[in-house]
Amino acid sequence: MNKIIDKRQLSDNVFGMTLEAPLIASARRAGQFIILMVDEEAGERIPLTIADADPDRGTISIIFQTVGATTIKLSHKEPGDFLPAVLGPLGRPTEIRGENGEKPGHVVCVGGGIGVAPMHPIAQALKAAGNRVTIIMGARNKSLFVMEDEMRKIAGDDLILMTDDGSSGRKGLVTEPLKELCEKGAVDEVIAIGPPIMMKFCALTTKPFGVKTTVSLNTIMIDGTGMCGGCRVSVGGETKFVCVDGPEFDGHLVDWDQMLKRMGAFKPQEASAREHTCNLFKGL
Amino acid sequence: MTAKEKMAIPPQAMPEQDPKVRARNMNEVALGYTAEMAKTEASRCLQCAAKPCMQGCPVAIDIPGFLAKASEGDFAGALAVIRETSLLPAVCGRVCPQEKQCQKFCTMGKLLKDVDKAVAIGRVERFVADLDRESPAGTGASAAGPRDIPRTGRKVAVIGSGPASITCAADCAKAGHDVTVFEAFHKCGGVLVYGIPEFRLPKAIVRHEIDGLKSLGVKFETNYVVGRTRKLRDLLEKDGFDAVFVGTGAGLPKFMGIEGENLVGVFSANEYLTRANLMKAYDEAGHDTPFWHGKRVAVLGGGNVAMDASRMALRLGAEKVYLIYRRSEAEMPARKEEVHHAKEEGVEFLMLQNAKRVLGDDQGRVNGLECLKYELGEPDASGRRSPVAIAGSEFTLDVDTVVVAVGNASNPLIPTTTEGLEINKRGNIVVDPETNMTSIPGVFAGGDIVLGAATVILAMGEGRRAAAGINKYLRG
Repeated sequence: MNKIIDKRQLSDNVFGMTLEAPLIASARRAGQFIILMVDEEAGERIPLTIADADPDRGTISIIFQTVGATTIKLSHKEPGDFLPAVLGPLGRPTEIRGENGEKPGHVVCVGGGIGVAPMHPIAQALKAAGNRVTIIMGARNKSLFVMEDEMRKIAGDDLILMTDDGSSGRKGLVTEPLKELCEKGAVDEVIAIGPPIMMKFCALTTKPFGVKTTVSLNTIMIDGTGMCGGCRVSVGGETKFVCVDGPEFDGHLVDWDQMLKRMGAFKPQEASAREHTCNLFKGL
Repeated sequence: MTAKEKMAIPPQAMPEQDPKVRARNMNEVALGYTAEMAKTEASRCLQCAAKPCMQGCPVAIDIPGFLAKASEGDFAGALAVIRETSLLPAVCGRVCPQEKQCQKFCTMGKLLKDVDKAVAIGRVERFVADLDRESPAGTGASAAGPRDIPRTGRKVAVIGSGPASITCAADCAKAGHDVTVFEAFHKCGGVLVYGIPEFRLPKAIVRHEIDGLKSLGVKFETNYVVGRTRKLRDLLEKDGFDAVFVGTGAGLPKFMGIEGENLVGVFSANEYLTRANLMKAYDEAGHDTPFWHGKRVAVLGGGNVAMDASRMALRLGAEKVYLIYRRSEAEMPARKEEVHHAKEEGVEFLMLQNAKRVLGDDQGRVNGLECLKYELGEPDASGRRSPVAIAGSEFTLDVDTVVVAVGNASNPLIPTTTEGLEINKRGNIVVDPETNMTSIPGVFAGGDIVLGAATVILAMGEGRRAAAGINKYLRG
């Protein structure tokens, strides 16, 4: 049982929550995720990346978008409520340039939508390891940006905002500034986290420049410990499990089209569960 | 009664749900003996002085001893005899491959020249355990309560909550240690809850067994993955545990390594069964985990898990289920009864055939399975005749779902996060065969993480041996 400490609505359908989880808070490293359940008997298990942690207070924070039955139910939980299951930290931590034997350099972090949340601890760690960190944030419009202040604290003037409608920062896609930076030749590494289609195009953008590009995948999983294999993706022609081999992989080697199809495996069921849940809350 | 009279008693058949009906529901297939049937079946035991059946039992239950009590109608006494050496009679009575263990050595079966006419030891075992569970106050054979046991003040951590772990936990608790079980899932029981379906092992039985452990004072920490939430060494060095048992099982599904295996509609049996069993996805009105509605399902493999998956597919509404196995039925490792049940329910067995590649449509969804025919060649290392593909024998099955049930490798989570833990080249943890202690003093292991994928009862035997090893280590 994990207590919800606080809840913040960050935009129309994006929420932040702080959860009591002392062991996860002290064990977690950048790049790792949790699996949670909202209802132990009837609920599903969904993976969510850890946005931040406070080992002293024994808390972790998550940021999620209401996209399916479970995230909708989660958004209706209040501080003081308990979640029946929070498992983690799962997956391998991010390899931080400067800590892993490579010399610190210029790392570009691309966060799309709520992908900015899992990027936050990674960008923090990269900065702490002595890298120059440029952050590109992308969203459909200004109201959908999350953690802008936190990211500015890390990147300072190297924060680039991109919106589809130009309501904040530049109008356009995150791949545009990414390409420009690569063309200048000053990028040692790229980390991209966001919707799969964004990560796919970030990887395609950097490929001609031969810049190492890491992506963080969030495929369908059940147990998160290697037992079910539902999360498997093809990376460089080899089948890998996102939960234990990932969640981070070389974006140039991921079979994106296969992954996108696999992520849509349960679309009709997910849509009807979402509708059912929405109606449930409307009726309340 | 003379041996001749005993031989004349007809073996008691197990009442079962009608195959056509049960293939569409989740209720248990085998309905269990009545008291009269259990007495009659038990009275078929010849009470051989040498007790040959016992050598087939991995936990050495005094089988003639409990059958003698059951034949007199003393079911509580029978259960007490079983409980001297076995923790989970209601489970083992249902899932043990008796025809390869106790019943294989039964003299009655030998006299009647048919292993299926051996004394139905497992069915009587099941009956006496069920009777105890279903009686409000039990039949009086319950295990000793925690207050009767002097405490040792020692702490034992048990990782995983499957058959090996709960047996080890029970034995350590009975020795007076303070036992905590760590389980990664939100429910305890391991493969008994995520893998074996409700229609073969009702989950209420597993819950009852776990509750029994709780009454022995065993604590359960769910949603706790050792190796990630906390390292194994932290349990010993920081959290005050004096010994650790690793019973994390063989949870890493193997795939065939064929083309098209990552198409949408291809599942490991673990995923397919976990969605249905643990997450109750079959009940879509009440549960959020989605399920895949396969109409034409191919299951690859010939073990119990393949039987479970193919029978589950029928219950989830499949119109056609093929079970594809590359050897012949005689080589199939599944329990005989499961094979029989699967056939009765309408699973079509395709023997000496194997999948070559999975075919998909432009949406990346399965729309066929290309197979090859096989013949049996020379015996291989396992002593079984090895299957050889017949060149040019390709044919295509019209299916929309493929479930891969070709076994599990050992889960690397603990070995890769625990420095100094010796594993063999298959990834199994290496243990001392007498004590089940690993290369790290105070750390023990057992079950599928040591054996590779095996059976519930073998895992229990391992858990029991490891507990004896732990008790000795903590005394020493």
